Amino acid sequence: MSRTTFFEVAVLDANTREQICFLDKVDPYSTIGNIKCLFQKSYPHWYPARQALKLDPKGKILRDEEILLHLPVGTTATMFFIDLGPQLGWTMVFLAEYIGPLLTYLLFYFRVPYIYSHRYASTSSPHPVVTRACACHTFHYVKRMIETIFVHRFTHGTMPLRIIVRNCAYYWGFSAWLAYYINHPLYTPPSYGEIQFNYGLIMFVMCELGNFSIHVTLNNLRGDGIRGRRYPIPTKNPFTWLFLFVSCPNYTYEVGAWVSFSIMTQCLPVAFYTLLGFIQMSIWAKGKHRAYSREFKDYPSLRMAIIPLIL
Amino acid sequence: MSAAAAGTSKAAHGDVAPKKRRGPGALATAYLVIYNVVMTAGWLVIAVGLVRAYLARGSYHGLYYSIEKPLKFFQTGAMLEVREVMSRVFLTWAVTHSVREVQSEDSVLLFVTAWTVTEIIRYSFYTFSLLNHLPFLIKWARYTFFFVLYPMGVTGELLTIYAALPYVQKTGLYSVTLPNKYNFSFDYHSFLILVMISYIPLFPQLYFHMIRQRKKVLGHIEDYSKVE
Repeated sequence: MSRTTFFEVAVLDANTREQICFLDKVDPYSTIGNIKCLFQKSYPHWYPARQALKLDPKGKILRDEEILLHLPVGTTATMFFIDLGPQLGWTMVFLAEYIGPLLTYLLFYFRVPYIYSHRYASTSSPHPVVTRACACHTFHYVKRMIETIFVHRFTHGTMPLRIIVRNCAYYWGFSAWLAYYINHPLYTPPSYGEIQFNYGLIMFVMCELGNFSIHVTLNNLRGDGIRGRRYPIPTKNPFTWLFLFVSCPNYTYEVGAWVSFSIMTQCLPVAFYTLLGFIQMSIWAKGKHRAYSREFKDYPSLRMAIIPLIL
Repeated sequence: MSAAAAGTSKAAHGDVAPKKRRGPGALATAYLVIYNVVMTAGWLVIAVGLVRAYLARGSYHGLYYSIEKPLKFFQTGAMLEVREVMSRVFLTWAVTHSVREVQSEDSVLLFVTAWTVTEIIRYSFYTFSLLNHLPFLIKWARYTFFFVLYPMGVTGELLTIYAALPYVQKTGLYSVTLPNKYNFSFDYHSFLILVMISYIPLFPQLYFHMIRQRKKVLGHIEDYSKVE
């Protein structure tokens, strides 16, 4: 007895409603992901990450894991195709976003010609603060890139190109703006001198370590073979004890790092950038907090989203 | 019978501003009506002020001063509608008020006139719409006068900003230079130039949006004349 009745899939363009591809002898247990691969055979430039398939032109996009047999279709399925445009994998996205600030800051630090007035070209600042600030900024982004490559494990495969361009413009633009002032020949060191800088530096190092600890903790959470999902909890590492108070201590530490950098450099543009980052991260943290609270009935009520006891 | 039918189909097409789907609650409607009536009155005051001052002086010069206070009040009051009004508030306070030398320019009269006429029509439009009794003339005016008023207003605004530039540069108005304690700088002169440049993408967007709206709202006048 033949068990498998093969399916057929007609792929129509969602805008023109014309049939652009016909797949026959499709295994009923194929996933949408499999179908996308088959589709790519006819259109090699449309790799699966760029494809969006729907059962209805105005409906939801089908997830890659969904199985053909379980969809509300007959043995001849009709699907609508939309080209999502060029996509970039998450790793590449973050590396592109972070390499900019890393390099542009250094351009300003070394006072590459044409940035500042001619007589300052290729000179260095007389203030030790400026060199140390450069070291901190560089360390911050090198750490981020290392985490992107070795620590983080990303969910959704890709991100659309125009979003990446927008994000890069934000990161690259702001770091250039900050670096311009900190490395400027007319830069004024912090009002309280070395003390102010050193306190800022200690706070900065603590926040970087904290941020890294949280990333590692979250990563291990994902790696557990246990199928049941759990929310993150404090571990033996004291930096993770912030989980007692907030859902997203990684964002808390990140804001902390930028606040300390503002203190170290006493630079208003840095403070402004910190504020913007804080607003964005608060929005993300609140979303995550809500998702946790909804998913886990025993979620600790003491926890806030990003600022202990406050936000 | 047919008149009633034509009436209902007109209402179905003619509805623009008040979203007939849900409609604001009674309190919100009352607030909106009062707000729009007050704004219409305010801009009428400015218009009357302009005409009277012109008749008294016999020339266009110095007309800004005759309507300075109500202009500031009513334009700032419109902060309650965030929209494209941001540029108006900027022009009023950050340019015209701040740079005295600009206040006697003809370009100021140009944009004040354009705004005045636009706003009287716009607020009457909203008021009538909220009361569900919109005269076709008002609707027509709203979607037709802009053809001239928008470019007129924009020209006046741009000329005013341009006129302010040399004074801003000379006096360093609203500008912060290095070195300073917070390691920050801001050049208002460059900022104004950026603002002028931003009109290039923004104005066509607004203008074409209005043209599209006009087609949607007034487009079927031809249909009615055929029905009749």
